[in-house]
Amino acid sequence: MLLEVRDLHVVVGGKLVLDGVNLSVDYGETVLLLGPNGSGKTSLLQAIMGNPKYEVVKGSIIFRGRDVTDLPVEERVRLGLALSFQFTPKIRGLTVRELLEEICEKRRFSSNDIQLLVSALNVKHLLDRSLNVGFSGGEMKKVELLLLLAQKPLLALLDEPDSGVDVENIAVLGRVLNYYLNGSYGDFESSLPSRPSALIVTHLGYIARFLNASRAYVVIDGKIVCHGKAEDVVDVILKHGFEKCIACYRGRALQC
Amino acid sequence: MLREIALKAKAALSKPAKYGVDVDLTAYNFKIPPRQLIGSLNELPDDVKRSAPSVGLDITEAGRSGSYFQIDASPVYVKSRVQGLTVMPLSEAINDRSFIDNYYWKAVDVDLDKFTAAAELYGGKEGYVIIAGRNVVVENPVQACLYMSEPRALQAPHNIIVAEEGSTLYVVTGCATRPRIAGLHAGVSEFYVKRNATVVFIMIHNWSRHTHVRPRTGVVVEDGGTFISYYVNMGFTKSLQTFPNVYLRGAGAKAVLHTVILGLGSSKIDVGGFIALEAEGTSGEISSRVVAKDEVEVVARGKIGGYARGGRGHVECSGLLLSKHSSIRAIPELEAKVKDVQLTHEAAIGKLAEEEIFYIQARGFTREEAVSMLIRGFLKVRMEGLPPILEKYVNYVTELTASKL
Repeated sequence: MLLEVRDLHVVVGGKLVLDGVNLSVDYGETVLLLGPNGSGKTSLLQAIMGNPKYEVVKGSIIFRGRDVTDLPVEERVRLGLALSFQFTPKIRGLTVRELLEEICEKRRFSSNDIQLLVSALNVKHLLDRSLNVGFSGGEMKKVELLLLLAQKPLLALLDEPDSGVDVENIAVLGRVLNYYLNGSYGDFESSLPSRPSALIVTHLGYIARFLNASRAYVVIDGKIVCHGKAEDVVDVILKHGFEKCIACYRGRALQC
Repeated sequence: MLREIALKAKAALSKPAKYGVDVDLTAYNFKIPPRQLIGSLNELPDDVKRSAPSVGLDITEAGRSGSYFQIDASPVYVKSRVQGLTVMPLSEAINDRSFIDNYYWKAVDVDLDKFTAAAELYGGKEGYVIIAGRNVVVENPVQACLYMSEPRALQAPHNIIVAEEGSTLYVVTGCATRPRIAGLHAGVSEFYVKRNATVVFIMIHNWSRHTHVRPRTGVVVEDGGTFISYYVNMGFTKSLQTFPNVYLRGAGAKAVLHTVILGLGSSKIDVGGFIALEAEGTSGEISSRVVAKDEVEVVARGKIGGYARGGRGHVECSGLLLSKHSSIRAIPELEAKVKDVQLTHEAAIGKLAEEEIFYIQARGFTREEAVSMLIRGFLKVRMEGLPPILEKYVNYVTELTASKL
């Protein structure tokens, strides 16, 4: 397994937000993480990434066979984790290009591949603007994806990469991400031990249509309540909403 | 005329400044042996050569329209390299009676405080005079250097910049000291921006931690004229206090005062500026970015007065506190005396946001790297109306400033 989350308990500001989460992502696998608002999806990604605000009180995070639970964020990035944020800060004075160049220097990304990404995402006009200042919803998500992929992650964590984005742009984001996950960008295959993987938080699974997701997890109230083949889970949720998952989960709990 | 000025100055010799810590003038030596003029900047003393790049000066004069270098009270190199641009020492300019009548102490009062008085009485009547002739566009900046070399000395140059009607003039000034020396710098600068002329003035200060700094600046802008100032103080000073006054006297005149303060050590800093919208349709903008570290105390002031119809003004103070023992006070002030003006201000002081630091870190950077990127972004400002050559220069200075942290 590339990533294993074991019995993870996370506290934010004194409140338990993840209550014993178990989850895994295999090498080369794309996994969806679904759930209603406030269920703990973002907390899980932030905890995997190592945001100190999300305090792990119990359980562990194993990445590439190594316990990374206490590793600082930049070490996790070095091992191949990267996160695209749901809410991105607006940073005046720091341009997209400057941040991108700093990342590329660290990750030894060739400028050719970056050019390719920039034109595929159609974000050239944003490069010299302050990060996210005055960007539309779609522009923010595209720049997030650009920065994420520039990090050449082995496991890309994506927090709602498709929310607030119009249909055309979801297709753009989905195709670029899919291209990446298929190992089709430049020197990835040689520099990574396998095809990249992804763990994607999505509300309605729009972006999933462009990806080959194998499995999906459903998080409710900080717990994984359901887990199965991606298309089956997405199907049920699109038809019945999360109510069905909650009912199903409660039912099981009663049986126990 | 000069006699009257001297008398007024004498009367003000013990008058403390309105803002900032007081300084005892008698502790500083103003009888410094004069230096000879040099034929080329290559002949500058080694320590001046070493300091020049740190305040944005180029001793090869590449991309410069002219140069003025002063060490302590002596001009050592004065040169204009283009037609229509005059660069000369003040001592020469004041041989002309009409120059005195028009420009000498006309934008700054000689009896403003003890520092202006000291400049008149003890400054040696030196400093740079830069004049862009009528309709002359000086494409490359003129550079000026004020360097303090003698220990415990007073350096009080009197600088006068005149942009004649329709001209464009860029001036970059760098002030520095020989490392570790104590001193008092009290430079006076007067600007006269005539009808439809533009002056962009960039001043970089890089002092020792034992220097008291008291620049005194006055600017008069006529119809349709533009004055843009970008002032950076990077790092250490014992104390710094300055409060330029800009008088927009002609219709449609514009002024922008932008200040970047990096406070290190135990500096006591009080910076500000005042723009008076005295004519119809004038506009002014004052903004400051302050980063306070160590035990620095900073007061950032900014005042805009709306005294004529159609005036617009904005004051913005942003402060970033990087240590427990530093402090920043932001004091924006607006005054309106007529109905039809629009004046606004905003001020914000805080520390770096943790979520921003983590966001950058999650891109693969250490906390230190993330903090430095955020501070660099904070210090950087997009200034409207800068030609590319100055934009590049400002970026270079920003990098230089950020590297001091």
